[in-house]
Amino acid sequence: MTTLIEAPPEDGELLPLKKSKSGGGLGKYLLIRFLLIFPTIFILVTLVFFLMRITGDPITAALGDRLPPDQLAQRIHEAGYDRPVLVQYFEYLGQIATGNFGRTISDNLLVTDMLATYGAATLELAINALVVALVVGIPLGMLAAYKRDKWPDAVLRVVAILFYATPVFFAGLLLKLVFSVGLGWLPVAGRAKTANEIALNQLASPTGIYWLDALRSGNMAALGDVAQHAVLPAIALGLLTGGVFLRLVRTNVIGTLNKDYVEAGRSRGVSEYRLVTKHAYKPALIPIITVMGLQIALLLGGAVLTETTFEWKGLGFQLAHYLTARDFVAVQGIVALLAVIVALTNFIVDVVAALIDPRVRY
Amino acid sequence: MARKDQPLIRRLPVISHLNKSVGLQRGMLVAGIVITALFLITALFAPLIAPYGYSQRFPVSQEPPSGAHIWGTTAGGYDVFSRTIWGAQTAVYVIVVAVLLSIFIGVALGLVSGYLGGWLDRILVVVADAIYAFPTLLLAIVMSIAISRGQSSMWGGIFSAAISITVVFIPQYFRVIRAETIRLKAEPFVESAMVVGASSVRIMARHIYKNATRTLPLIFTLNASEAILTLAALGFLGFGIEPSSAAEWGYDLNHAQTDATAGIWWTGVFPGAAIVLTVLGLTLLGESMNDLNDPRLRGRRRAGKAPRTAPTAPAPLPADAALTKEVAS
Repeated sequence: MTTLIEAPPEDGELLPLKKSKSGGGLGKYLLIRFLLIFPTIFILVTLVFFLMRITGDPITAALGDRLPPDQLAQRIHEAGYDRPVLVQYFEYLGQIATGNFGRTISDNLLVTDMLATYGAATLELAINALVVALVVGIPLGMLAAYKRDKWPDAVLRVVAILFYATPVFFAGLLLKLVFSVGLGWLPVAGRAKTANEIALNQLASPTGIYWLDALRSGNMAALGDVAQHAVLPAIALGLLTGGVFLRLVRTNVIGTLNKDYVEAGRSRGVSEYRLVTKHAYKPALIPIITVMGLQIALLLGGAVLTETTFEWKGLGFQLAHYLTARDFVAVQGIVALLAVIVALTNFIVDVVAALIDPRVRY
Repeated sequence: MARKDQPLIRRLPVISHLNKSVGLQRGMLVAGIVITALFLITALFAPLIAPYGYSQRFPVSQEPPSGAHIWGTTAGGYDVFSRTIWGAQTAVYVIVVAVLLSIFIGVALGLVSGYLGGWLDRILVVVADAIYAFPTLLLAIVMSIAISRGQSSMWGGIFSAAISITVVFIPQYFRVIRAETIRLKAEPFVESAMVVGASSVRIMARHIYKNATRTLPLIFTLNASEAILTLAALGFLGFGIEPSSAAEWGYDLNHAQTDATAGIWWTGVFPGAAIVLTVLGLTLLGESMNDLNDPRLRGRRRAGKAPRTAPTAPAPLPADAALTKEVAS
């Protein structure tokens, strides 16, 4: 949740300009940037590996109070958790290098299957939340920029801070109190009714994204049910991100509104409304897109809390469960996947930024 | 950058910002100051304000707000009002420990990395970037389990929460300080110190440190709000402080989730509102200070990397000095 200091670049001129010396500058930059993905993933995987070893071992966590110490030690020995940590570490590195992530300890699933199943649920939640965030953030941000330093701007800025200041689980609690318990419009938790969930999971080659599965099978009742379940989690997580988008759009549109070409448009008699929506908005989108990519970490972190709040059985919900069970294999698998997602998004964001703006180079 | 012509009190962070502000900006700053002050006072006088102890249990569970328990009681028989008040104290402890630790380590690493450069700098930047890009909450969860192994006393819990948050914050301080250090290294006053023969340690400790840490008060406020949110999130997920050791808003909210389904609103709404209000106050304060400072210094992704080209590029503008003077006058 490092978003608040992550102000977008307001003005390119402040960055020291550097022209690439030869035509190969961009290619070289992209290559270096691509290679940086690997240390990022490597560092995170390593960090989590060693941190998890400090936390204890899965066998003690599961059976610690039920088995006598000698039997416990026997089991730990059989599983190989009493070997030197470095040996285990290199063995683990060797395994993931060959794409073998192993099986989860607590429920004996293939880690890759587990990631695919729960990852789809998290992806669905993230997409829904992103839609809410964009629908809320962009128009309100433009409005705030348009009314800069007047009362609507002040109100919207406080609203954006409120969205950020409200933890997802508190927003979820309020939404449940109002819409589920108070008004009885929407379900309290889960992704679908049990019957629908079973029906959707029995489809041939399900994507795991329920609305997509419901659409493909033409099950309209299930689609409606899935949509009802999706509303509250999407709002809870979407408003958090939407607050950040609001601020981003506001700052960047204000930045471009001060540019000479906008001033020129104004002097030609272009209306303020048109200046904001046509002239200033599109150039302002470039930094917004890059910073939005960086919000993926916020979205994933928020997803853990949202999923726990709404019992949305995705990666975040499972992660909390696996952590309690000290299931090293599962936690490392989830963290590795998240590290790959984060590293890839950052790479794509940097590439887009470099392609758009020639001043961004090492 | 110290404006020595003004009395000390007017140069203190918050007060100098108050003097610079006008209109709406001032309103937001004042609101931030008031809420933050309220939060600090609550934390300081929690033993006097709270009618009961945070771990005191009553035979009446889930009782709606009444005369004896003005905000009602929880399923565990705790007094909601008392726990909300005591929660402010826990939050302050965690903020202070977390931010002090991360400032200490982050500033030291940033200074050394930015000043010395070379391979150490490269490695530290890659590691800091990796940690910075990762969802902070996940890292904090794993850290907190590693430290406390799930069960914690009051100070044990506070320290494990604080250290978990620290790991997440260090890269931020590191980035800001490193970027500033690299910029300052090219300034004439540092070069003249080198010419005079001052040692690297002395240059870092005296000349760069003072100038590079100018922006810390505002990072402090912004991070304080993040610390509260992270602490609450850890508590909510069940990796925080036990209710018998200290009052913690996130833990209370976790247990309020099932209450909410049954229409019991008072166990969750009050601690939740406490989080929102505190973070709102701190953010308003930090935001306003941020806007009143040099916008160029706000942490952004490439800020630390760009000045690597400093030797060939024209010397960076001393824009911050100019700006502060301009605003202060």
